[in-house]
Amino acid sequence: MKSDYYDVAVIGAGVTGCAVARELSRYSLKVCVLEREEDVCSGTSKANSAIVHGGFDAEPGSLKARFNVEGNRMMGELAEELDFEFKRNGSLVLCFDRNQLPQLENLYNKGLANGVEGLRILTGDEARQMEPNVSDQAEAALYAPSGGIVCPFGLTIALAENACDNGVEFSFLTSVETVKREGEEYEINTSQGKITAACVVNAAGVYADHIHNMVSEEKLHITPRKGEYCLLDKEAGGHVSHTIFQLPGPYGKGVLVTPTVHGNLLTGPTAVDIEDKEGVDTTAQGLAYLQDRAALSVKNLPFRTVITSFAGLRAHEDRDDFVIGEVSDAPGFFDAAGIESPGLTSAPAIGSYLARLIAGKLKAEKKSDWNGKRKGILRPEKLSWEERAKLIQEKPEYGTIICRCEGISEGEIIDAVTRTLGAVSMDGIKRRVRAGMGRCQAGFCTPRTMEILAEKRQIPMEAVCKNGPDSRMLAGRK
Amino acid sequence: MIKHDIVIIGGGPAGLAAAAAAKKAGAQDILILERDGRLGGILNQCIHNGFGLHTFGEELTGPEYAARYIKQVEEMGIPYQLNTMVLHISAEKVITAVSREEGLVRIQAKAVILAMGCRERPRGALNIPGYRPAGIYSAGTAQRLMNMEGYSVGKEVVILGSGDIGLIMARRMTLEGAKVKVVAELMPYSGGLKRNIVQCLDDYGIPLKLSHTVVEIQGKERVTGIVLAKVGADRKPIPGTEEYYSCDTLLLSVGLIPENELTKEMGISMSPVTSGPQVSSQLETSVEGVFACGNVLHVHDLVDYVSEEAALAGENAVEYMTAEHEGEKADPVVLKAENGVRYTVPQFLDVKNMKDKVTVRFRVADVYRDRFISVYYDHKRVVHRKKRVLAPGEMEQIVIKKESLADCPDLKNIIICTEVD
Repeated sequence: MKSDYYDVAVIGAGVTGCAVARELSRYSLKVCVLEREEDVCSGTSKANSAIVHGGFDAEPGSLKARFNVEGNRMMGELAEELDFEFKRNGSLVLCFDRNQLPQLENLYNKGLANGVEGLRILTGDEARQMEPNVSDQAEAALYAPSGGIVCPFGLTIALAENACDNGVEFSFLTSVETVKREGEEYEINTSQGKITAACVVNAAGVYADHIHNMVSEEKLHITPRKGEYCLLDKEAGGHVSHTIFQLPGPYGKGVLVTPTVHGNLLTGPTAVDIEDKEGVDTTAQGLAYLQDRAALSVKNLPFRTVITSFAGLRAHEDRDDFVIGEVSDAPGFFDAAGIESPGLTSAPAIGSYLARLIAGKLKAEKKSDWNGKRKGILRPEKLSWEERAKLIQEKPEYGTIICRCEGISEGEIIDAVTRTLGAVSMDGIKRRVRAGMGRCQAGFCTPRTMEILAEKRQIPMEAVCKNGPDSRMLAGRK
Repeated sequence: MIKHDIVIIGGGPAGLAAAAAAKKAGAQDILILERDGRLGGILNQCIHNGFGLHTFGEELTGPEYAARYIKQVEEMGIPYQLNTMVLHISAEKVITAVSREEGLVRIQAKAVILAMGCRERPRGALNIPGYRPAGIYSAGTAQRLMNMEGYSVGKEVVILGSGDIGLIMARRMTLEGAKVKVVAELMPYSGGLKRNIVQCLDDYGIPLKLSHTVVEIQGKERVTGIVLAKVGADRKPIPGTEEYYSCDTLLLSVGLIPENELTKEMGISMSPVTSGPQVSSQLETSVEGVFACGNVLHVHDLVDYVSEEAALAGENAVEYMTAEHEGEKADPVVLKAENGVRYTVPQFLDVKNMKDKVTVRFRVADVYRDRFISVYYDHKRVVHRKKRVLAPGEMEQIVIKKESLADCPDLKNIIICTEVD
């Protein structure tokens, strides 16, 4: 960290922390983000359903309901401003049993109460007309046209880059060890040294209870709730065009089947409460279960085209709602805790809400030179023939394709490494430009991508890591 | 738009042999497009020997084998472009390619030869449970990092899958000082060549565990170990048979997949068994003037057969360009794979245009002992040849002579199968 005093210290560079940071960057405040991993978007934000929820599922009056609906409304404009991938593809909640129709109606009514627009209950046939691969067993469905899909890496990274460009400082590999109230301020001890901050934002994901409990007597308890997923090849990407849910159960919204903004098909998650806050391993039972459940919603799912599977942890708080706002017995300490689904959707709204609270408390003025626009990594694939040809003429590195499966050029990988808060590892590159995320899962592009990373970061090849300083790709020179 | 007579997609062993043969057959205007920085394809990283026994009667390393064909191509003055990625080929044979030097180009070809090779099946496709640490490599990626870039990928190794690259890498890593603890194979037999099991595992005391698979990967940052389990006849792990192996590297050699993205975009008919295009005896795909050879067509066991097949594709492409194309085509004879034969390449016989003899290549579905390979012309058995051992890892072939078809003008199917007696 450059300094030992900040107006605001945000703990956690997931989607929530980055959203808060970006909103705080509007104000004349000295802000830092403390992240224990080497990159933004390294925890729950990187392994989830990538869904922008409509907002009919949360209990009316809950914080989940409020921030979900508000976040959903903000997402379109934000995607324009920050140049990340988002698509309003609409969602369907399927009901397989006539006896459960009241539950579907209940969901519809909750949606109305939450202010979700355009909801409609469809018959099974209507649903199949809209989405031909919906199971023949579906008796009815709740259609939410406002549902969407987003790139969770894209969203988080865009928020972080824009925050950074507007003066927010990011400190990686910085774990928070203690937070202590000292007078009107907070003293934060980290693995990188001590800082003092007037306000603290707790956006520490599955660890938000630890951080909160350091300063408050009203204890939080967060359970990591594991969700496993299978990602299918782009060949299967068109199998459904809407996000297909099942009627929610006690552990959440159940297994869904959805296209991703990149054209793959995603199925999951499972929901199993675990103890280990680092337990992102997949399990044979989990993967088998999710495939069975997904097959109930959608016909002929081509699971033979699975290209990878992964698991993420939801930060489930005992009260079953987000915990957002200033902590009553810790003035200046703001929670963004218990951010599980619909957290990704809600992040922009949570960020805006908390930033306004904090700016008010610190009586901060808005900056005159704030720039909320951010340009994403240039994708030659999206240019016209003429534009792309011209680009390669000017910048030949866009003419060398490194990742065959996703068609990613050297220019894009260089951009991912050298831009604001650029990638420091192979996974960081993958999250920014998808190199290695395709059907061969980095088989071909690994050596070349490693070389680019080593060259641009000016590190030896042996120091190239997959994801974090202890994840070296190589054992040494021969 | 640039125009060329024959454009060859891929400058590996298949592309090189096709180019050389096309030139010898009289083609004037050939262009090879290669995505890597040098010709030779995967052969460049195969620094072990064993290549070329059939073609040259001597044992060469991969780079040496490639060099012989590269030399021919160079001497014949066949132009090629390196670092050039083909992005798309239309059914009208317009090729879109991109490279640093040439930028974005469109090329109209009269004939196209597909020679893109294959890729390795990744971990994700197997759904192996566990963490996703560094240290999990497909065998070919590790091979490239070791043999071409000069790095060591790990010190204690477990290999899943006994495909040829996995076997070769077991020996290679041992020679580099790594400890290869075990090679596990899901099937009750190896998918690799017998000679590789002997020379790469047995000679170095590396155990091969058949009917075993990895059921867990441990290590959050770098691999720290894996758990192996025995599988039953249903290939599902048997509880209670788990065994832990500490290791920092897991290599996967669990199958090769022909790289047919471009082929599929052209609307070419594919074989679900080979994952390659369906071809006639001319190695022509369902799109006229588009030929396929090498591992993009079906995964071969020996590169010598790739070269042989590719040469044929090159000659046929020249013939296609010079022949009169009459409107009506005779119905082809369909080659059928039955009873233990998984597929045949080609899948069709164009009796009118076929050469005097056509080599039909195929693989069997299981390990068979003392079985016959039989060929039926419709209901008439014409070949009945006893084989002591048949194994899925080894490609088999039979030759069909044009003259033998003269007596069967109404022939519909040629069936290739195994028979117990």
